Amino acid sequence: MRTLSYLFIGIFFGIVMYKSEAASWFRIYEMFQFQSFHMYGIIGSALVLGVLGVQLIKRNNIKSFFGEPIKFVPKEKGFTRYMVGGIIFGLGWALAGSCPGPIYTLIGAGSVAIIVVLLGAILGTFIYGLLQKKLPH
Amino acid sequence: MDWIFEPWPWYVAGPLIALIMFLLIFVGKQFGMSSNLRTFCTMCGADKKADFFSFDWKAQRWNLVVVAGAIIGGFIGAHYLSNDVAVAINPATISTLQELGFNSAGNAYLPDELFSLDALLSIKSVAILLIGGLLIGFGARYAGGCTSGHAISGLSNLQLPSLIAVIGFFIGGLFMIHVLFPLIF
Repeated sequence: MRTLSYLFIGIFFGIVMYKSEAASWFRIYEMFQFQSFHMYGIIGSALVLGVLGVQLIKRNNIKSFFGEPIKFVPKEKGFTRYMVGGIIFGLGWALAGSCPGPIYTLIGAGSVAIIVVLLGAILGTFIYGLLQKKLPH
Repeated sequence: MDWIFEPWPWYVAGPLIALIMFLLIFVGKQFGMSSNLRTFCTMCGADKKADFFSFDWKAQRWNLVVVAGAIIGGFIGAHYLSNDVAVAINPATISTLQELGFNSAGNAYLPDELFSLDALLSIKSVAILLIGGLLIGFGARYAGGCTSGHAISGLSNLQLPSLIAVIGFFIGGLFMIHVLFPLIF
């Protein structure tokens, strides 16, 4: 039952990524050129509702569908890893025109070339794992 | 119902993404797509090479199911919910892209110059896709999350680290498009 709910949420997510064109390389390029409100509208409206919803859940101690308390894990404090890691991610996001979620969506949409991006992303994750202890965080 | 076959506007897509995040919260999980890349590494035996990959990947199976769903959703979106997949970007963007050699701008969902099967025969295109992927994977783990984990989930919970990461995403993206693209293409 729970597994089916994850599958349903994933399918819903894949459809939204494809139909909103957030999975389009062109939309990412256009966003970084500041030539359309589209991507900013998507992220911005998701955020406004996200902030409101999280506050509602916290203030009213709303429970999950399974009656469990909802925990929000705060991110570890820091600067270097978020700024440097963020910049590296942004370079890739703009070059490949895709972030991790849309990579999967595009595989389903039938793009063969996106598999090269996925393999690169897995390899990049592996390289991070090897270097983790040597990097400033 | 014809609108469903058209591209969905931001004021439909944004609230739906918030809904997806809340659905995951209400089934006791969190929205984050890049952590699956670490799970793949561990499944392939990377835990023998670095401690970073020593974790119980089976606890992340739920997120692999989300990934499977995202693939199915992409298939449904592209094959059953779209009449025309050309992305109507700004005409000014189209002309800038055409100057860079992207003649498919305005007529396709992904640029043929990088994503067509022919492009896979070009060392340059494959190198661009592979390097793009490497930066995405490395950067997402270094920063502890990607667009979903930081820009949506983290900022929704008013996390300062997520704000720093998102500022980083934009510094990197703007540098790539405005400084490096003219050198690469």
